[in-house]
Amino acid sequence: MNIKADFPTLIEEIDYGTPESRAEKQVTLTVDGRSITVPEGTSIMRAAMEGGVEIPKLCATDMLDSFGSCRVCLVEIEGRAGTPASCTTPVAEGIVVRTQSDRLDAIRRGVMELYVSDHPTGWNEKAGTGASEFDAVAKSVGLTENRYGVEGRNHVKEDGVAPGHGSLAVDYIARDESNPYFTYDPAQCIVCSRCVRACEEVQGTFALTIEGRGFESRMVAGMHEDFIASECVSCGACVQACPTDALREKTVLEKGIPERSAVTTCAYCGVGCSFKAEVKGDEVIRMMPYKDGKANHGHSCVKGRFAYGYATHKDRILKPMVREKITDPWHEVSWEEAIAHTAKEFRRIQYQYGRGAIGGITSSRCTNEETYLVQKLVRQGFRNNNVDTCARVCHSPTGYGLGQTYGTSAGTQDFDSVEFTDVAIIIGANPVSAHPVFASRLKKRLRQGAKLIVIDPRRTEMVKSAHVEADYHLPLKPGTNVAILTALAHVIVTEGLFDEAFIRERCDWAEFQDWASFVALPENSPETVGKLSGVDPEAIRGAARLYAKGGNGAIYYGLGVTEHSQGSTTVMAIANLAMATGNIGRPGVGVNPLRGQNNVQGSCDMGSFPHELPGYRHISGEAVRDIYESLWGVKLDEEPGLRIPNMLDAAVDGSFKGIYIQGEDILQSDPDTKHVAAGLAAMECVVVHDLFLNETANYAHVFLPGSTFLEKDGTFTNAERRINMVREVLEPKARYADWEATQELARAIGLDWNYTHPSQIMDEIAKTTPSFAGVSFELLDRVGSVQWPCNEKAPLGTPIMHVDGFVRGKGKFIRTEYVATDERTGPRYPLLLTTGRILSQYNVGAQTRRTENVAWHAEDRLEIHPHDAENRGIRDGDWVRLASRSGETTLRALITDRVSPGVVYTTFHHPDTQANVITTDFSDWATNCPEYKVTAVQVAPSNGPTEWQREYTEQARQSRRIAPLEAAE
Amino acid sequence: MPMQPASTEIASRTAAIVNELKGLEGPLLPILHELQEEFGHVPQAALPVIADGLNLSRAEVHGVVTFYHDFRAQPAGRHVLKLCQAEACQSMGSEAVAAKVKQLLGIDFHETARDGSVTLEPVYCLGLCACSPSAMLDGEVIGRLDDEKIEEIVAEVRS
Repeated sequence: MNIKADFPTLIEEIDYGTPESRAEKQVTLTVDGRSITVPEGTSIMRAAMEGGVEIPKLCATDMLDSFGSCRVCLVEIEGRAGTPASCTTPVAEGIVVRTQSDRLDAIRRGVMELYVSDHPTGWNEKAGTGASEFDAVAKSVGLTENRYGVEGRNHVKEDGVAPGHGSLAVDYIARDESNPYFTYDPAQCIVCSRCVRACEEVQGTFALTIEGRGFESRMVAGMHEDFIASECVSCGACVQACPTDALREKTVLEKGIPERSAVTTCAYCGVGCSFKAEVKGDEVIRMMPYKDGKANHGHSCVKGRFAYGYATHKDRILKPMVREKITDPWHEVSWEEAIAHTAKEFRRIQYQYGRGAIGGITSSRCTNEETYLVQKLVRQGFRNNNVDTCARVCHSPTGYGLGQTYGTSAGTQDFDSVEFTDVAIIIGANPVSAHPVFASRLKKRLRQGAKLIVIDPRRTEMVKSAHVEADYHLPLKPGTNVAILTALAHVIVTEGLFDEAFIRERCDWAEFQDWASFVALPENSPETVGKLSGVDPEAIRGAARLYAKGGNGAIYYGLGVTEHSQGSTTVMAIANLAMATGNIGRPGVGVNPLRGQNNVQGSCDMGSFPHELPGYRHISGEAVRDIYESLWGVKLDEEPGLRIPNMLDAAVDGSFKGIYIQGEDILQSDPDTKHVAAGLAAMECVVVHDLFLNETANYAHVFLPGSTFLEKDGTFTNAERRINMVREVLEPKARYADWEATQELARAIGLDWNYTHPSQIMDEIAKTTPSFAGVSFELLDRVGSVQWPCNEKAPLGTPIMHVDGFVRGKGKFIRTEYVATDERTGPRYPLLLTTGRILSQYNVGAQTRRTENVAWHAEDRLEIHPHDAENRGIRDGDWVRLASRSGETTLRALITDRVSPGVVYTTFHHPDTQANVITTDFSDWATNCPEYKVTAVQVAPSNGPTEWQREYTEQARQSRRIAPLEAAE
Repeated sequence: MPMQPASTEIASRTAAIVNELKGLEGPLLPILHELQEEFGHVPQAALPVIADGLNLSRAEVHGVVTFYHDFRAQPAGRHVLKLCQAEACQSMGSEAVAAKVKQLLGIDFHETARDGSVTLEPVYCLGLCACSPSAMLDGEVIGRLDDEKIEEIVAEVRS
């Protein structure tokens, strides 16, 4: 079946002109003789469109509040004078509206004639695509002439006379091509403000404005700066909003309007935005945010919207490769040869070293179906449980902590819930950088008056930026999360701010009392905790009171919570707070982990952990094993397998020899790089299945080329448990989608797998996993997406969990004793390093570094407080040496007071920085999630890269050699 | 020409003004007025400081500053002469008045005399339509402009 035949055309979404009204009362009116019933508060424009009558418009679009500036959408209402704008006039019971008449036609033509007189169209210049909304409206109103001529003052023509000397060109501004992805041509701007309003209302960055007034007015970025130098974050909302071609994607200008599209899901962060992948020929022209996408509602960020160029980057490896030793150059081979070689090696290793000597790592970037197959390959084919996933290093404590307290390993809400939140707490997360589309939705709610508490060592953009100001910022010392959260609980308990009725009904009262007596201890008071965390006790008290009594309280958290030696304890402390204040089980509240990768939720759901089968069911459970044993026809090992760090330890010890790694770069992303390198180097068959020769591949013996999200069907599950469709819009460039490659490998080791489409894999998941029982591709095609649990009780999924009771029965309060990490500062390592992300880059950067996004973040920098910098004689931009007990690296300093004295911060997007050479192998007590967020370090001026960096670069260069093909016989 | 203050001075003085006035309801316009009072214009270097102080974006502050013609990007001359060019004054010959003033001063609208004596600007209605054509010199309105009054004005700004 040719799957692409399913979407032969371009999906055109209806633009209703103004946002939906949520009023309950219905109003009936007549538009052009049709009777239409809509909620009160709906605009006439929207009502007409809902009834199938399209009113011409320029300044209106349904992503934005109505504005009423273009005067094209005028209508007549019986019994009312004049011609009101339909976008700003709400419906009223019984009104009779006419959208067409000679008078209206004449007015609209007149308005368009004026617009055109100062627009390239009027000059018969081809400036844009010729297919903009503006072009369509000019055509639809029957504009045939321009009586005003083009001789007057204008914004269109540059006449070669220097500006400011009475020439006609004083108003001309040249195109701004500074953004790598879109062009701004001021000559085509009609000053409708849609871009400015999109930047404000939708994105919340406020980077655009209308400069000047009257004829001089023009949209500009920042203070009349180039886009790239302005506050613009390149989310693309303005480009999407522009009704002319003043703001247009460069790809569309260069290659033309796309021909067909499919709705798919972004493969970057855990927000899981829906996009229309718009294609021409065999090339993606642009990614357009999909308004029916329930996570993003038509919004996007720079990564999802624009940074897909990696899919066609020249670095992509499209042929399988093998080599004897990792010091050899690679040899390209056929798929058949690569698969057969891998199967033979794995069988040899198991024969020689035992069944447990090999394992696999599933990817949080691949689809649910692919992840399911990798763990199935390990369990059914390798006959052990040595399967783990990159979630180990990010959100494994979330799974554990929420599982223990509530009974499910996932967030409790949908993203729409934020629209009902009154007080948001953000802990250890910077959504503006890492989950931008969610950040936009949260900021919108904050502008409506919701309160905000930020618990973070850094003064992030959520603490203070345009139209955002946290009510409380608790700038804690890295590693003191548990102490701070328990101090918040202390205030809530000792000041009687808890929700007794909720606790008595939903939780175990005795457990609560035990917990309450613990948090009430004096060592958990804000005054004591303030001393060790460096946070003002009054701020802790204020924040606790606000969260407990400020209305709907929601907690959002990120890796700053989980990647600690007490990560699981912190998650439990968060769960305790929400239970104690009754903030669970309805819209606007809840505990919401912000997941790092597109499918990290899904990869956990799919049984990627060594101790769990899909659906978080422990491998020791006989009933669960039975399901799979009877389906797969093998006996499953009832003992949990090895976690990633254990696999590496075992490799160094000589008992673990082979690994299949799908779509993860453990060398760069896992802590203590040198240890990872030693583990990989000790193995005999490392199989890397990836798009690129990533850092891990430097230690690989077999390379299997991967497929991008554009090249396969499947599903991703986002942070709100939403299962979204991923659709194949291009043929796999390397012949096989990742699930097919895994299937080939499974067959080669003797498994009888015969999937012909990922939908069959989902059917198997649904059949064996209760929380997915109702999920099928057919359902997803029909309803767009569902949030698990999706089963007989909830056939369309579950937006909000624990509504009438916790999944585990009674919510469980657990004591959260603060234990300081073993990683401590001292005279040799007096500073604390914490790590994070930046907006334009994603994770280890394998994808985003191969896009134009490097325009914003070409290297990792070390943020250091001016005080610490001065003490060390470091100036902004200097090379500095960053050393910990584990290792050292060099990078350039960025002096800023975003970090407190004593704290330094960097990102980990670039392999030549190797920030994880520095991080230690301390990890979460419960889940082994590494402690990335706290490392004691010293910083000193330096001349350039360290020996390790130089050696590493050389080794990587050597390792990436591909032998030239020998002449065919 | 007046000396341009150093950018660090602009930043610190702006920060002080922002701090003093940010408690007002709608503090942006009072702050801009105060800056113009302080520096004779609203220096661009002040805009990011205002934006930071009021939790606005640079773009928003720029939009407001450029909307009001009275906020200057550059310091004005010692005198500011505004000639009304709105409809009523036009009907009473304001275009000829403007031509004559420009010729006598040797500058066009929006320009400052090279010796820094005067800045010439158009204005659209001073509310003195009954006394058209009208002008405003350093805040004082002058009605019924004729050749004699124009020469007096020119003499005054030149002195």
